[in-house]
Amino acid sequence: MQNEKVRLTYYYTALILLACMSLAPIWVMISTSLKDEVTLQGDIPIWFFFVPTMDNYEAILTGRGKFDTYLWNSVIVAGATTFITLLFGGFCAYALARTRFVGRTFLANATLMVRMVPPAVIAVPAFAFVMLSGIDNDLAALTFLYTAISLPFAIWLLFGFFKQIPVELEEAAIVDGATPLQVFFRVLLPLMSSGYAVAGIFTLRIAWNEFILALLLTGRNSRTLPVAAASHITEEGVEWGRIMAMGTLIVIPPLIFTFFAAKQIIAGMTAGAVKG
Amino acid sequence: MTTTAKPKWEPGSLTPYAFVTPAVLLMGVGLLYPVFMAFYLSFFDWEIGRDFADAEAVGFVNFARMLNDPQVWEVLGVTLRFGFWVILLEMTLGIGLALLLEKPIRGASLFRTIFILPLMVSPVVVGLIWRYLFDARAGWINYYMSNWFGMEPQVWLGDPQLAFFAIVFTDIWQWTPFIFIIIIAGLQALPSEVVEASEIDGANWWQQVFLVKLPMIKSIIIIALLMRIIDVFRGLEVMLIMTGGGPGRSTELLSLHIYKRAFETQQLGYASAIAVLLILVVFGLSLLILKLSNPMKTRSDV
Repeated sequence: MQNEKVRLTYYYTALILLACMSLAPIWVMISTSLKDEVTLQGDIPIWFFFVPTMDNYEAILTGRGKFDTYLWNSVIVAGATTFITLLFGGFCAYALARTRFVGRTFLANATLMVRMVPPAVIAVPAFAFVMLSGIDNDLAALTFLYTAISLPFAIWLLFGFFKQIPVELEEAAIVDGATPLQVFFRVLLPLMSSGYAVAGIFTLRIAWNEFILALLLTGRNSRTLPVAAASHITEEGVEWGRIMAMGTLIVIPPLIFTFFAAKQIIAGMTAGAVKG
Repeated sequence: MTTTAKPKWEPGSLTPYAFVTPAVLLMGVGLLYPVFMAFYLSFFDWEIGRDFADAEAVGFVNFARMLNDPQVWEVLGVTLRFGFWVILLEMTLGIGLALLLEKPIRGASLFRTIFILPLMVSPVVVGLIWRYLFDARAGWINYYMSNWFGMEPQVWLGDPQLAFFAIVFTDIWQWTPFIFIIIIAGLQALPSEVVEASEIDGANWWQQVFLVKLPMIKSIIIIALLMRIIDVFRGLEVMLIMTGGGPGRSTELLSLHIYKRAFETQQLGYASAIAVLLILVVFGLSLLILKLSNPMKTRSDV
């Protein structure tokens, strides 16, 4: 009994220490974004006891940069990417999970292979293509690339969820005269909500956070938030308060998602390694 | 119509091609086309600002140049050294912690939620946070190093060795939780009878870990390992923000080198040749993962 208590104390001490290590850098960012110039110039790092101010947020919202435009760009790109990825990825995963067709194995393998294509490899041809073709809708090009990048993992995740649905449900609906699309949207989709939630979170994470392609393909008005945050370092001199305010705004949506859907995120992360 | 009526079609008979075509087109144009373009462009001498029509086809010159390019070998060395340290430390820490903390306890899900937070932070923001922490003047790390350990303040990101340490440390902060989460899921999926049986046979904790548990999750460990190796070859954003690859090329990983070749020295053709090398490495590693596990290949899995 005594032993068990000691063991638990060690457990929790270790876990709390690790949790602090995970959180500390994120908290440094958030707290820095809430400090005024004077506090930031101080010699001692202050973790908690300072008078919070919204100065930095006001500065980026009203400053020379068009923050609202960048935010809107990010929302549009992430939203459109997620919608298209889930729609077409769902179709593809459904066909892979439920049917046999010539090229099925090839498609399954190829999907997993292209999942790993490095962003640095996509960067040069994408840049060249946009430069040569003179496309001026950067956000559409970005959405297109993010969709392609997100699809393999989304298909992979959704495949696993489709597999868990008993095929009898579809058969019953077909007997009642449903068409393939009706079966997909009316019978399967309602049962797939957690699968789509997992795939959606991972797609949002890619589209919301991506930096390199956005940096290369967007111009002054079509920037997304990560590009805007990074440009603060070079263009405005290093103003840590404002940079951290930008960083905080970028991180808040994923953090909220994490707290509401941690179980699904962990399921997605472990799906590949543990099930195989 | 009665329920005895014959169904018009069966779940397996719908035209699957209609369902897969949009996704296949998107992945084909967005992912495969760039890969083929990288191969194609690698045979040209082409720079930013020049019309592609004026680009000279140079055959294998870019590849020959790459093999004799000390910079390429240098960044390959940096990449491998970086990969060695982050993967060694992340695997050791992640597996060790998972073994110590695998017992389900109250509050476990809250802790797990906190542990995956670093993984959700945008790489750009990770770079910005740690650039601030390692900053020579404003940085918090210098403050604690000197006040707690009496060390001289360092210009962390301005010294080759310290900058390398900084990017390794940052990577460990972000990715150790990934290993931890995967391994703990693997451990908790182990059939409890096997572990209990070894206990009855008198195995101590160490024997249980090294003779029973780790061998049973071997494939999970290998897949996690391969995924991390691939990530090391793909990664560039954190370093681009923290150090820009410098000082010198001390933190310039292969992906970052390709990026800088293409967009700083503006040699698109030559950068593509190095990208081909990167593709070959990453696809080779991906094939290994595929051999170990592809849940979509067989129809028997549920």
